[in-house]
Amino acid sequence: MNVIVCVKQIPDPAMPGELDSSTNTLKREGKLILDESDSYGVEMALQLVASAGEGEVSLVSMAPNNEVSGLRTALAMGAAKGILVSDPSLQGSDALTTAKVLAAAIGRLGGADLVIAATESSDGYTGTVPEQMAEVLGLPSVTFAKHVVAEGGSLKVNRQTEEGYDEVTCPLPAVISVTAGVVEPRYPSFKGIMAAKSKPVETVTAADLGVTPVGWDAAGQTIANVTKAEARKAGEIIEDDGEGYAKIVAFLENLKVI
Amino acid sequence: MNIWVFAQESNGAPTTGSLELLTKARSLGTATAFVGGDASAIAGALGEHGASKVYATGDLGGKLPGVAVSAAMKAVIDGGDSPDLIMFPQNYEGRDIMARLSVKLDRTVLTNNVDITAEGDKVSVTTPVFGGNVLVTTTFTKDGPHLAAFRPKSFAAEPSGGGAPEVVAAPVPDLGSVGAASIVAVHVEESSGPKLDEANIVVSGGRGLTEASKYEMIEQLAKLLKGAPGASRAIVDAGWVPYSYQVGQTGKVVKPGVYIACGISGATQHMVGMKGAKNIIAINKDKEAPIFGIADLGIVGDVHKVLPKLIEALQAR
Repeated sequence: MNVIVCVKQIPDPAMPGELDSSTNTLKREGKLILDESDSYGVEMALQLVASAGEGEVSLVSMAPNNEVSGLRTALAMGAAKGILVSDPSLQGSDALTTAKVLAAAIGRLGGADLVIAATESSDGYTGTVPEQMAEVLGLPSVTFAKHVVAEGGSLKVNRQTEEGYDEVTCPLPAVISVTAGVVEPRYPSFKGIMAAKSKPVETVTAADLGVTPVGWDAAGQTIANVTKAEARKAGEIIEDDGEGYAKIVAFLENLKVI
Repeated sequence: MNIWVFAQESNGAPTTGSLELLTKARSLGTATAFVGGDASAIAGALGEHGASKVYATGDLGGKLPGVAVSAAMKAVIDGGDSPDLIMFPQNYEGRDIMARLSVKLDRTVLTNNVDITAEGDKVSVTTPVFGGNVLVTTTFTKDGPHLAAFRPKSFAAEPSGGGAPEVVAAPVPDLGSVGAASIVAVHVEESSGPKLDEANIVVSGGRGLTEASKYEMIEQLAKLLKGAPGASRAIVDAGWVPYSYQVGQTGKVVKPGVYIACGISGATQHMVGMKGAKNIIAINKDKEAPIFGIADLGIVGDVHKVLPKLIEALQAR
């Protein structure tokens, strides 16, 4: 079973985000890391390939400045190879263009039995790319997967819903998006980290993939205004002396909710 | 302006989110509801909230809404009724349908919005970023249909006094192999309380609980307050509770009357999902935790000591 995982390399979420004042896009200049949301997809892919007993895990990513550090993390976990789409013309790309680019990169890898993505990225969180990719690729999809088993050329997926979950069957090839916490991502071993350095990562441009136009030219949106939201002020902060709970009870009573 | 709202049913009534969007849509133009399923139980209520027409696909026969409803929408658009704007709720179904439709129509999607304005045919939406500290307004630049998703409680739902709408069948066309995924069983998880994004009180737990079993305290407190339990991303990632519990930028955005954050430090990712609460109570050991910067009442203390006493005091009432 061959699985392709879409991984995003993002600015460290622990650092405060910033918009570039000239373009109003998120600054992505510093070192990028593997989006933690994607580590679940990588782990799931590795487990599915292991239980199938054959095949490999490949990666596709789109990032500025030929950034590969996040890809190397996923390779160190055990993925075999990757394609990075890096191209200054991609700046300003919307989710639809991103989906077209990733779908083309998946095609360049020769497709796969299964494509896995996170439900949304931690930095942009548009949350539509996996399903858009499925439509571009002409594949069935199951989004918000919280449990996935592959058997006999099809998937059995528990799909998160508002009220619980649905059991869904889906023939392969297919696209799935996985929620956080579905599996426990492994930590890359020292051996894995060393091996990752020599694993192949092909860097291509949008034009190499035949996807045009991209970036601002293709985005059907323009940022009109950026304003500061009204700040919330801190209220009463007290140290718990064993009676802190009573303050909460009084606060709730005052609001007439108890 | 001709506006469609993707409307959903829950227990025989339209969801609150559907009514919120219809209320906003009718203030901007002519509102049409588009239902993925049978609309007979909810058409009246949709009309009362401003829908002059209701498209209904009929039973989806186990197909996932993303692929099925988007195809039905595309068929109506190809048939000549093309809206200027389609409003979706920011939830699992809304996201999937708009994503599939965006490829079919080659139109961008704008998600996580909290507001919308229209001047002539120029449509702009507003999205909070960076923990809600910054508001970004984005304008659609192509021709419609514009596709936009809105967070719950972005608008107030108000009846318009409208009459029964015309219900028009919008059957799902043959989907071919892209429609090959099928729902074989539906599991409804027992939940006695209100929904997370509709509850007036939300009690959320985070890493400060130190272990998964302590989340019971959060559920117990939420139940006592007739609220809903929620969670920070950290404990969802750790597998303590499902993704559906997650409050934050990647998760649910809640705007309850009271939000109680227990053992949550207040990462930007979490704050964007709850700072719209009317009142915020925070319990955390670290007095430097960012959550105290936005709390109306902050208790610097150990959740393992404060919560049991709070639960006991509420039980005694």
